[in-house]
Amino acid sequence: MSRRVVVVGAGFHGCSAALRLSNQGYEVTVIDKAYAGRHASGVNAGGVRRLGRHPAEIPLAIAAWERWQNMTSIVGDDCGFRPVGQIKVAENNNDMAILNERERQVQNLGYHHEKLINRDELRKRLPALAGHCPGGLACDGDGFANPYRTVTAWRREAERQGACFREGIEITDIEPKGNGWRLSGGEEHFDADLLVNCAGAWSGELCKWLGEPVPLTAEAPMLMITERLSPFLGTVVGATSRPLSFKQFENGTVLIGGGVCGVVDIARHVAETRLGGLAENADTVVSLFPFMKEARIMRTWAGVEAVMQDHIPVIGLSSQHDNVIHAFGFSAHGYQLGPITGEIVADLAMEREPKLPITPFSIQRFQTPCPE
Amino acid sequence: MITHDLVILGTGPAGMAAATTALEYGITPVVIDEQPAAGGQIYRALESTPVRDRRILGEDYWSGESLIKGLKDPQIDYRPATTVWQLTRQREIGLLHDDKAEMICARHIILATGAMERPMPIPGWTLPGVMTAGSGQILLKSAGAVPQAPVVLAGCGPLLLLLATQYLRAGVEIAAILDTTPRNRYRAALKHTPGALRNASTLLKGVGLLRELRRAGVRHIKGVSALRAEGSGQLERVLWKQQGDDNWQTLETPTLLLHQGVIPNTQITRAVDCHHEWDEQQLSWRPRLDEWLSTDIPGIAVAGDGGGIVGAKAAAMQGQLAGLGAALALDKLTLANSTERAQPIRKALARDTAIRPFLDVLYRPAKQWRLPDDDTLACRCEEVTGGEIRRMAEMGCRGPNQTKSFTRCGMGPCQGRMCGITVSELLADANQQSVEETGYYRLRPPFKPITLGQLAKAAEEG
Amino acid sequence: MFKRLSPPEATNEAVVTFHFDEQTVTARLGDTVAAALLTSGISICRSTPVSNAPRAPYCMMGVCFECLVEVDGNPNVQACQVEVRDGMHVHTQQGARRLTS
Repeated sequence: MSRRVVVVGAGFHGCSAALRLSNQGYEVTVIDKAYAGRHASGVNAGGVRRLGRHPAEIPLAIAAWERWQNMTSIVGDDCGFRPVGQIKVAENNNDMAILNERERQVQNLGYHHEKLINRDELRKRLPALAGHCPGGLACDGDGFANPYRTVTAWRREAERQGACFREGIEITDIEPKGNGWRLSGGEEHFDADLLVNCAGAWSGELCKWLGEPVPLTAEAPMLMITERLSPFLGTVVGATSRPLSFKQFENGTVLIGGGVCGVVDIARHVAETRLGGLAENADTVVSLFPFMKEARIMRTWAGVEAVMQDHIPVIGLSSQHDNVIHAFGFSAHGYQLGPITGEIVADLAMEREPKLPITPFSIQRFQTPCPE
Repeated sequence: MITHDLVILGTGPAGMAAATTALEYGITPVVIDEQPAAGGQIYRALESTPVRDRRILGEDYWSGESLIKGLKDPQIDYRPATTVWQLTRQREIGLLHDDKAEMICARHIILATGAMERPMPIPGWTLPGVMTAGSGQILLKSAGAVPQAPVVLAGCGPLLLLLATQYLRAGVEIAAILDTTPRNRYRAALKHTPGALRNASTLLKGVGLLRELRRAGVRHIKGVSALRAEGSGQLERVLWKQQGDDNWQTLETPTLLLHQGVIPNTQITRAVDCHHEWDEQQLSWRPRLDEWLSTDIPGIAVAGDGGGIVGAKAAAMQGQLAGLGAALALDKLTLANSTERAQPIRKALARDTAIRPFLDVLYRPAKQWRLPDDDTLACRCEEVTGGEIRRMAEMGCRGPNQTKSFTRCGMGPCQGRMCGITVSELLADANQQSVEETGYYRLRPPFKPITLGQLAKAAEEG
Repeated sequence: MFKRLSPPEATNEAVVTFHFDEQTVTARLGDTVAAALLTSGISICRSTPVSNAPRAPYCMMGVCFECLVEVDGNPNVQACQVEVRDGMHVHTQQGARRLTS
């Protein structure tokens, strides 16, 4: 049944799709304009998080979390996954009320992975945290992993399963050919029976060519990393009403991120960091961990992410073509979901009902219904 | 944020010449210097050096006096002891002085940030007691300090020989010069002598240095093919092999100074993402520059060794050229006028740099000196060995940004300055691809580590 | 180990005194901290956070970041880039830094 599939984009989701499709006997070629994991997938903050997910994403995040537990058996590498837990910290009573409401909402949906913790419990778990925080929302079993290592492990496993990776090729044209597609990049042409769009921030362009434009913007969440410091923090820490993701690795370095954005230069395919924006992050960190004002920042960077208007991804069949599958627009929180993207794509390719609910992620949500 | 017409980074010959040239055309530049006093590394501490016997450091050193005098013009806003931690493509500059962060903006920028010594990753090169010839010279110039016990100098290149003669004149005992110049290089360099003869004075100076060392009976061991530094916690001895001899020879010494030429310090041009190319003749990266030494980013130019190694004299000429370029960019000169004024400078520059191919070929470090073996550290900060980088290549890492994620190579305090070129070359070699294809670290601000507290404050003021 | 061609006292140059860990060190006014240490018989200024290996000034021009020390409570100062001041307190850095509130 070997059908030719072209996956555009060798990020985590593209590699995941390539792995699962190759598994099923498809003849897979993954094309990337730079190299596997060059942007969002390889340089994100590495958060493996169910905590605080959009309700539609919760079932996917829980399924993905199970895959993270078994990463080594899937790709032969644990991808640096450390289930140290994540805590969203309340900085004041207002934050506490927000977290309270969140816990209630999640439990009403029938999930129990997010738990409110009080001041004492918070102090016990985060002794280094400033005293003014009244509590938090914890998700045990969440944690972090190493993004580039993850993409590499998935890519290598996909290759072992037979997928072919073509890096440094930018797709410049797509045209229908027979029952499939012909993609062109530079001097090369690629014929496919099935096209999978995992092009991240560059997916919007593909959608336009396919006649189903989407409201996608390219954003560049900035990250900064400090020198190696003595260990003071195990858990991944977030804030409730300010953007922050804060974690200390085993090597002592502290990674600070959480969504303050740099400037995307789409023409140069790069993201610039804006120190001004990073200063906002610095401010948040220093108010939660005052001693951090002495910590030296060694490096800053930013990865280019596809962000949808409603901040949830597009996963599903094209609304225009029955031989196109989309999986993009993870809106800066797709890393944790990577392991299940491929399974969903494979289900769709084989015309099976996906095991996970993906209706909320349909591309059709952006199309204005025809006036009757 | 205040916007200045011209900001110059660095006060080596290029930066100083650029500043005084710009001033001639009515531009009052801001000159930023990381050092406490002007002169760069070549004229370092010229006004304060305790080495008052002018013979020791030599006339080339003292020739920097006039440039430093020029920089003293009160119209030049000279800011010593100031670190640049950010530069954007919009020419915003983040400064750090006395622990205070500040942002300024410039219409035109000349980067005169010079060169650094090419890393020489031999076994044991991180031991205390192993330093660079450049550092030995800086200690001599700035503090009148010289090695206490007989010192071993190892490597190749003009600076190594210059330092040896300066030590000699200062009465410092040299245990040996271990010369790594491959023996066949002299023949290869011969065909470039006609060019070199256009700059005969430099050539003769080199010959003079060698003669001075020979006359003094300094032990000059040629054709060194392997080298290692050993000691427990600190350098105790240096071991080497000579071409054609398989035995290790040993010298006890607490001080080993390494050198194998200089390479452009591209930390800032990389961080603003100027287009860079690999110079196969000089075995180093350099930003691509046009005839006015401008990079591909509007309003950012590079003068001196930072744009490719040219030496101190030529660097000053490039400074003048970049100064003219600034006058042109800031509408102080017409294109015709600046071109006319540039012409004699370009001519002198061509004459002075005609010796480069000769030097580049003669002192081109052989592969074994650039590619550390499996057990030797490539990245001093994160302690990553050559072998680990090779293993990453086997895993599929094509470039230094990929190995960084696995090994943290290049992510320590020096921010990749010391290992960057080594890792590019190691990966190119292991993957059998060109260095150009392999690429270099993507660098981002801060150029020097700053604290979260300083960053938060900088933003308030920016 | 380095010595001075002529000691500062002998040349009528201004002298400063500073503290390095438990030691009192005399240097020439205008010296960098790194030069002052190297000429005072101090050859190691830190140990690495990775393996605790001893390190010393290497490039003396601000590139290698080997000479990191703590100066007057400020950690990670490049000793080769800072001039000595009278009464300065310089400390070695051992391994990874411990920050306290």
